[in-house]
Amino acid sequence: MSEAILRDVASLAIRLAAERGATDAECTIAEGDEFSATVRLGEVETLKEAGSRAAGLRVLIGKRQGSSYTSDLTDEGVSQMVDAAIAIARITEEDPFAGLPEREELGQIDGDLKLAEADVAQVEASARIDAAKRAEATALGADPRITNSEGAGCETYTGCRVFANSRGFLGSYSSTTASLSVTPVAREGEQMERDYWHSISRSWAGLESPEDVGRKAAARALRRLGARKIETCKATVVFEPRVAKSILGHIFEAVTGEAIYRKSSFLLDKLNEKIAVDGLTLIDDATMPGFFGTSPFDDEGVPSRRTVIVENGVLKNYLYNTYSARKLGAKTTGNGSRGLTGAAGIGHGTLFIEPGTKTPEEIYAAVGTGLYVTELIGFGVNTVTGDYSRGAAGLWIEDGKLSYPVAEITIAGNLSDMLKNIIHIGSDLEFRGSTCAPTIAISDMTISGK
Amino acid sequence: MSSLSNLFGQKFGLTERDLERYLAEALSKGGDYADLYFEYLATSSISLDESLVKSATQGVSLGVGIRVLSGERTGYAYSDDLSPDRILKAARTAACIASGPATEIVHGLKSGEKRDLYPVGVLAGDTPLEERVKLVKRADAAARAHDSRVFQVQAIYADSVRHVLVATSDGRLSTDVQPMARLNVAALAREGEGVPQRGYAGGGGRVGLEFFTGAHSPEAFAEDAARQAIVQLHAIDAPAGEMTVVLGPGWPGILLHEAVGHGLEADFNRKGVSAFSGRVGQQVASPLCTVVDDGTIAHRRGSLNVDDEGEPTQQNVLIENGILRGYLTDKLSARLSGGVSTGSGRRENYQHYPMPRMTNTFMLAGESDPEEIIKTVKNGIYCTNFGGGQVDITSGNFVFSASESFLIEDGKITSPVRGATLIGNGPEALKHVSMVGNDLKLDLGIGVCGKEGQSVPVGVGMPTIKIDHMTVGGTR
Repeated sequence: MSEAILRDVASLAIRLAAERGATDAECTIAEGDEFSATVRLGEVETLKEAGSRAAGLRVLIGKRQGSSYTSDLTDEGVSQMVDAAIAIARITEEDPFAGLPEREELGQIDGDLKLAEADVAQVEASARIDAAKRAEATALGADPRITNSEGAGCETYTGCRVFANSRGFLGSYSSTTASLSVTPVAREGEQMERDYWHSISRSWAGLESPEDVGRKAAARALRRLGARKIETCKATVVFEPRVAKSILGHIFEAVTGEAIYRKSSFLLDKLNEKIAVDGLTLIDDATMPGFFGTSPFDDEGVPSRRTVIVENGVLKNYLYNTYSARKLGAKTTGNGSRGLTGAAGIGHGTLFIEPGTKTPEEIYAAVGTGLYVTELIGFGVNTVTGDYSRGAAGLWIEDGKLSYPVAEITIAGNLSDMLKNIIHIGSDLEFRGSTCAPTIAISDMTISGK
Repeated sequence: MSSLSNLFGQKFGLTERDLERYLAEALSKGGDYADLYFEYLATSSISLDESLVKSATQGVSLGVGIRVLSGERTGYAYSDDLSPDRILKAARTAACIASGPATEIVHGLKSGEKRDLYPVGVLAGDTPLEERVKLVKRADAAARAHDSRVFQVQAIYADSVRHVLVATSDGRLSTDVQPMARLNVAALAREGEGVPQRGYAGGGGRVGLEFFTGAHSPEAFAEDAARQAIVQLHAIDAPAGEMTVVLGPGWPGILLHEAVGHGLEADFNRKGVSAFSGRVGQQVASPLCTVVDDGTIAHRRGSLNVDDEGEPTQQNVLIENGILRGYLTDKLSARLSGGVSTGSGRRENYQHYPMPRMTNTFMLAGESDPEEIIKTVKNGIYCTNFGGGQVDITSGNFVFSASESFLIEDGKITSPVRGATLIGNGPEALKHVSMVGNDLKLDLGIGVCGKEGQSVPVGVGMPTIKIDHMTVGGTR
């Protein structure tokens, strides 16, 4: 459907909700078309092509709220969605803090945010297949020890999001995504290791070349061969950018207004306190054109913005949606986020830490001996207590250089200590996806192995 | 021709002739096989936070996914509009995976034998909303009453009913109505101004509201969540290094899901990228271990009358007395390896093509008394509750995160310890199982398994087991 039609559907839902007794309402519609190709060992494995759309509605009747959703965007489908939301609102209880943003808080940022690039919609199926084949062929040809592949995939996506509420907000924006990835398998004797490389861009032209994607993936898989388990010890752990960003995610979780009002955060009551080393500045920015965390307005119709969360180690701001801000006597920071339906949660724009001055090589040299982590698995992070324990694989740093691969170990500590023990922040910040970090080194972590 | 007697016939006027027309269109450019997966999903959920029922949601989604197989190739398209034009368009799109003359479909769709693994008197979604609201309110009250140190409770109740219809070009028609209900409780406890600790509990399955009584009552889940949070208040740092690990019965069976289950899914093995590839007939666990995946247990979260390719589920023996017996297959991997499907083809919804997945994965009971198992351990750790887990199926390395564990000292369970990740290698870890308890338990029904972006409900189970060495990722 066209963006104009989807805007009409959202407006209809808001109007019907008001007619049927809602005192406030908000409607989100998302539409998307996905095209993907996967290849394995040079042959097409899957082709997928489809589009879908769905709407979600939240109504307030006084201080009670109810939500519903539907994939049926006909007038009848919308009408049923409205009835369902109003019916279910009746079983909820009055929540004094429930409600939409104030009228003056609504709006969107102007200018071309470069979220949709025309070249994505024009990509032919054969171009996706070709890109995936070339990425995989490069990976397979990189070294005789690359003996197999889990395949390569290329995907393009075009989507549109519409939001309307009963306080006069109606906004919409389109976005596009192109991505390319390959997962080669390296083998030496009985040992098999896989790794991947993934490139993602708002435009087709912005993707890394298939050959670069293939080369990087192959190099990553190869350097894991011969991995050994090491003795349990305390050491400095260097996080490569791809895994360092996960730590930003844990900080984000702990600074959401939701975690704060529930008192379920290791960063509770720490505003304006020193929580990390001097050099650490963490920013959430949803306004940078072309970035994956960018949007003109958040999922409650509040303009997107830039918020400094941590400045030189001092916790400056929590991130709020309308609800958590009201609970805590603050103002929304434009971080309302939701899928389609229900009350908004809290999300981030592009979350990143400002780069330092050292190159990764200078960091390895400064660390001397330690662990360079390239993969983290598992969910052993508790952002209430800060307890941190995850499965890891990577390379041992010896004499200031990356040396042999290690695997089947864990790294553990507590996030409160880890943030204060950051001893190096790399200069190698690259913006890929919506959470981005340079190389960082954290001292005094426990590595558990043999 | 009259409409089909299921929901898709009644609501959308779908006829057998329509199905054959769509299948014929899907094979209009050749190909070996095509199937249609119609899905209608209705859900509702109720959440309580700070003792208030703050929000509730209900909704429906529906669509059809069309798949064409041609050799090792899969063409897939879907539509969330069930009008004939849109379905035919999706069929033509999926058909493009092949290029040749049309393949004939088998006319006269036949249904397999019907079974009913999850009879429910009244679907949870058809009971009065007030009855369902009571469940979260009761959970909140019970968690707070358990101990005055409990200061935050969140309770979420959710139910769904999924109607599916699978029609295949080899002439099979399968339908199923799959109910699901679940109640989860999270509690936070704090002593004075100390660090808060949390506990989780919950359960459910392919059940109606009558499930939530007795051991599955909101009070039982709430008290367990509160109890875990309280225990953690006095937990000491977890140890680090290799040691003896005893896993309690039930949910710790997530070990099997990560250590062996994923590695035995046939897609990875067909491609030779799993640490278990080519190892059928080899010893991959101690002779005490027999591990099965069983989609036929009544009312379980992972159970299905038919899988998402229309095949009946079954009990599949993965490891028998330590010997690897077989893989979990879907139609594509069975076709390519010359075998038959083990009824393990599953998908998240109509927007995804199926792949081999687990259902309910568990280890059969052994002969040891669980208390005797603990007594044999001089120094070790006893883990009774877990968060999530993850595996790298190629290297075989897996983790799972203990959320409730205790030290074992001189054969006795002593101090509670803080959360820690356990790490091991799939084909090796179970070789160190030295004792298996006689107390097999299945989990309470909260598991969600993710693979390649698709989530499906699963179950796990295990008796108490002793693993002689495994790496525990604490800090001490």
